[in-house]
Amino acid sequence: MHPAPSIIIFTVLSGLGFGLLFWLGLGIPDTKGWDAFAIYAVGFICSVVGLVASTFHLGNPQRAWRAFTQWRSSWLSREGWFAVLALMFIGLYALFIIFFENRMNVLGFIGSILCLITVFATSMIYAQMKSVPRWNHWTTCALFLLLSLAGGAILAGQSLAGLVLLILTGIAQIIVWTKGDERFTERGSTIETATQLGHIGKVRLFESPHTGTNYLLKEMVYQVGRKHAQKLRRISFVLMCIVPAVILLLLPSNLFFIAIAALLHLGGTFISRWLFFAEAEHVVGLYYGKR
Amino acid sequence: MTDLPKQTQRKLGLVIDLDTCVGCHACVTACKGWNTENYGAPLSDKDAYGADPVGTFLNRIHSYEVQPEQGCAQTIHFPKSCLHCDDAPCVTVCPTGASYKRVEDGIVLVNEDHCIGCGLCAWACPYGAREMDQTAGVMKKCTLCVDRIYNQNLPEEDRVPACVRTCPAGARHFGDFSDPQSNVSQLIAERGSLNLMPEQNTKPVNQYLPPRPKDTWTDVDSTATTSTPVAQEPKGFLAWLDRTLDSL
Repeated sequence: MHPAPSIIIFTVLSGLGFGLLFWLGLGIPDTKGWDAFAIYAVGFICSVVGLVASTFHLGNPQRAWRAFTQWRSSWLSREGWFAVLALMFIGLYALFIIFFENRMNVLGFIGSILCLITVFATSMIYAQMKSVPRWNHWTTCALFLLLSLAGGAILAGQSLAGLVLLILTGIAQIIVWTKGDERFTERGSTIETATQLGHIGKVRLFESPHTGTNYLLKEMVYQVGRKHAQKLRRISFVLMCIVPAVILLLLPSNLFFIAIAALLHLGGTFISRWLFFAEAEHVVGLYYGKR
Repeated sequence: MTDLPKQTQRKLGLVIDLDTCVGCHACVTACKGWNTENYGAPLSDKDAYGADPVGTFLNRIHSYEVQPEQGCAQTIHFPKSCLHCDDAPCVTVCPTGASYKRVEDGIVLVNEDHCIGCGLCAWACPYGAREMDQTAGVMKKCTLCVDRIYNQNLPEEDRVPACVRTCPAGARHFGDFSDPQSNVSQLIAERGSLNLMPEQNTKPVNQYLPPRPKDTWTDVDSTATTSTPVAQEPKGFLAWLDRTLDSL
């Protein structure tokens, strides 16, 4: 799949933002006044910048409001609703904390739950795609949720929770990579099932429908990044999980080290998410003799 | 609503005969022509006369070579357009309700005024039947020529999809699969049909007729004598000539 920068920024930043807002909604860390303003601002900026970035790949963004209409059937629509609701609840909760020093726990708790559901809905946009076997599994949702919680915990200055979540994220990431590598073959789609000509013999593409490229090949048969995939996996794993975990474990939990850990984690997550798209193979490639 | 109808009143679709298709791409051209000038945004091309032309098509012809375990390879031309699936995954993912499957005839359509061009439906389709128009920014797909098949202004023989009307080989058939007496139902009853990528559980309406089995032959020794002499000994005039010439 084509790793569109707008979608990578969207999923990574909004995941991190909603992860932080999840912890804040539970009153972790317990902040007041301008400190609270600053940390809530980080959460809101990440999630809102992410959501705005998601509209950049639209062909007709002026009609984006229509995406709120199909919540009964579409995960993308549900994601929009949950994001707005989560931001409303956490926003109100933050407003009372910052300006009135009044902590309304119920608002925060509902907001936290909505943050998690938002990240889950984002992950379901990808996990529901039967046509992309690598994504079509519950572990995709698990990884998105763990990454969001871990990133949020780092930003919220929660060393212990962050450490545990980074370890869980690392395990989930390794499972997603190794199991994901096999899933296309496991699901059994081949050029023979695609054309249903296997009963005659071995099928190969003789002539492509067109001499140039097309939307389908650009969007869904993206093969450029696979050459360095293994190397990038290692780099992303070190940045996303190992280095932040070491910082949380060994270095003092002050603003400077939190920022360093969060930035490295963010960088690693960007690479991991780029691979999430670049390595994913769509079954339509089979019709073109490609994967 | 992007919920799929539980049942459609009719099931309009195509039967494509893989035995007959000669891969001439006439249906591709007819489709592009009709659908550029009629329903919805035109099917745009970019850099049409340049080095890297790319454009939107609703119908594309792949050609495959199939090598049996024994004997010659077969070339099979394979037209592919929207299969108007009963369980269309492209419809349910749509966040705006622009994609829908019609209750009255089962055609899967895009309301271009509601489409935001997010591309999710094209991702959900395993067959590559949907293409985002790069100029209009909306999703394009086969409409089964909905603006022809019900069009009272056209002569009756033209009220079929443009690809079916134009096919010079008669490889494309249009009809109602819910009616067991229809031409398409009878064709698949007689010849059997191929359901593309059954593992995706999309329940395609369009069906493909499998290529008929090829002739086989037994090997013949081409050096062997294939005719025997009609007579060993000459008779009549030739016998007299033979004897006379011998005696000279």
